[in-house]
Amino acid sequence: MTNTRIPAARAARSSAAPAQDAPRPSARDRGSRLLATLFLAPTIVGIVVFTVVPIVGSVVLSLFHWNVIDSPRYAGLSNYGEVFGDETVLVSFRNTLVFMVLAVALQLLVALALALTLNGRMPVWLRSVFRSAFFFPLVLSAASISVVMKYLFNQDFGVINWLLGFVGIAPVPWLTSQNAAMATVVLVYVWQQFGFSFLLFVGGLNNIPKEIHEAAALDGATGLRKHLTVTLPLLSPTLLVASVVGIINALQVFEQPYVLTNGGPGDSTRTVVMVIYERAFEQLRFGEASAVGVLLFVLIMAVTALQFRLSRRFVHYQ
Amino acid sequence: MSRVSPLSQATLSLSRARHGLAPWARIAGLAVCALLTLGPVVWTVSTSLRTPAEAFDLPPRLIPSNPSTEAYRGVFDQIDVWLLALNSTLVTGLVAVGQMITAGLAGYAFARLEFRFKKPLFGLVLATMMVPLQVTIVPVFLVLKSMSLTDTLLGLIIPAFPTAFGTFLMRQYFLGMPKDLGEAAMLDGAGPWRTFRSVYAPLAAPGLAIVGVLAFNYHWNEFFRPLILETSGQNYTLPLGLVSLQGNLGTGSISVVLAGVVLSMIPAVAVFVVGQRPLREGITSVGVNR
Repeated sequence: MTNTRIPAARAARSSAAPAQDAPRPSARDRGSRLLATLFLAPTIVGIVVFTVVPIVGSVVLSLFHWNVIDSPRYAGLSNYGEVFGDETVLVSFRNTLVFMVLAVALQLLVALALALTLNGRMPVWLRSVFRSAFFFPLVLSAASISVVMKYLFNQDFGVINWLLGFVGIAPVPWLTSQNAAMATVVLVYVWQQFGFSFLLFVGGLNNIPKEIHEAAALDGATGLRKHLTVTLPLLSPTLLVASVVGIINALQVFEQPYVLTNGGPGDSTRTVVMVIYERAFEQLRFGEASAVGVLLFVLIMAVTALQFRLSRRFVHYQ
Repeated sequence: MSRVSPLSQATLSLSRARHGLAPWARIAGLAVCALLTLGPVVWTVSTSLRTPAEAFDLPPRLIPSNPSTEAYRGVFDQIDVWLLALNSTLVTGLVAVGQMITAGLAGYAFARLEFRFKKPLFGLVLATMMVPLQVTIVPVFLVLKSMSLTDTLLGLIIPAFPTAFGTFLMRQYFLGMPKDLGEAAMLDGAGPWRTFRSVYAPLAAPGLAIVGVLAFNYHWNEFFRPLILETSGQNYTLPLGLVSLQGNLGTGSISVVLAGVVLSMIPAVAVFVVGQRPLREGITSVGVNR
């Protein structure tokens, strides 16, 4: 009896062992799933409440007339009709597109030129001094900087017109003439933002193997030609990223025109986000503001999609 | 290779001599650009040290003839700088810490835990990275209003806790850590929580630093949301207070306004100096990830 008991016990134990092992991974899986739920909850709930619901909410709100005080009235597509017939809204879209083209082009050009120049031979400490200088404006507040720039660009006592006086240029009405105001907003924006594209380009250039430059030099490619035929194609993925992010940011410009010109003179620097702000929070026309928001969203998505499509032809991945 | 390199060096220097810019010209050009970039900041600091009466004087001297802190006293007289700084610190600090927590946890879950709907949930996070806040601000305002969070600091803080970008960044960060570490801990009998807590979390500090520094930089300088949400002066943050100070004073006390700007810059500059590396990595990864 005792003889048979032991193997039986052994058998029982050995059969229990895998049985004990089997639920352990599943207990672990359950633990893992529970942990995942806890870990994800703040982010997912937050994103749903503060991004997903508002996106749907924007579309829904754009179909209603609502001033927050009275109850909302269904308006069909009439908000969109009003918005499309509204001179200020149309001008703001035109301004934003003009701003985007000028600001992104200038930003990329300045950043690329500086990154390529910095890539040449120079002492390491000097390079890091320059790099820090060029991205320093990024850490400052766009609103405060615009306050500063408003003084610098002042027509009568601003330092910029004073400096231009030395080369015989008459005082420019930077902030008070329709044409100059947009240029000023672009300049102030680019001054603060070019460091972003610059850092991207510096990173992109560092990723290009040195041998490629040497090979190009051996083949006789030099200076500007080397950059055009060798560096730029290799940098094209970075260029795509810099322009996509640059465009998305530029389409949302607000602080600079709000502080520098408050959209003026006239409507010459009024941007789409300024119109959203004014319609909703100054005039309490929430439906119209939402309609403008939805249109801006569609515009951003369309421009981004177009850019990725175009890029398939021009971007070379290594 | 040993043959090619000196040759190519020679070719390079030859080509430089013929076509490229001379090194001194390059450096001089960069120096001019750096001067243009930093000029407005230097002007701000030096003008803030003039007396309000001399602020408009041209030429703008780099070092004021008789430096004065009158403008700084002026700021403290005219706006409650301490209150603004306290509000800004509370919002920025809590958002930065909150984002490090939410992004660290969610990033870890996406990188190292197994659960259902992982792909679609991650897709959701990625998709919302592209949605600009400015577009959804009207409904966000209404959501906060329904929670009675408008015109409170919490209304600025809570919606900023979830961060799609930070989550993505931390996921990449955890994915970059060797998987063996966790497996070894599991073999030693550590459960999922212990594995996270004692193996992976301690290694995450540099990644979290990037999330924290980016959050600080963004929210310290933030203007759009405070402008919309905070209506009473006691809830203003620094940028909001400064813009309204400038508006109230018109063009009268330029050095007072600039003194305020300088004060508000100090923490941002400190982070720039101390956290330049994570800041640069963070900014660059904004691009790499898209």
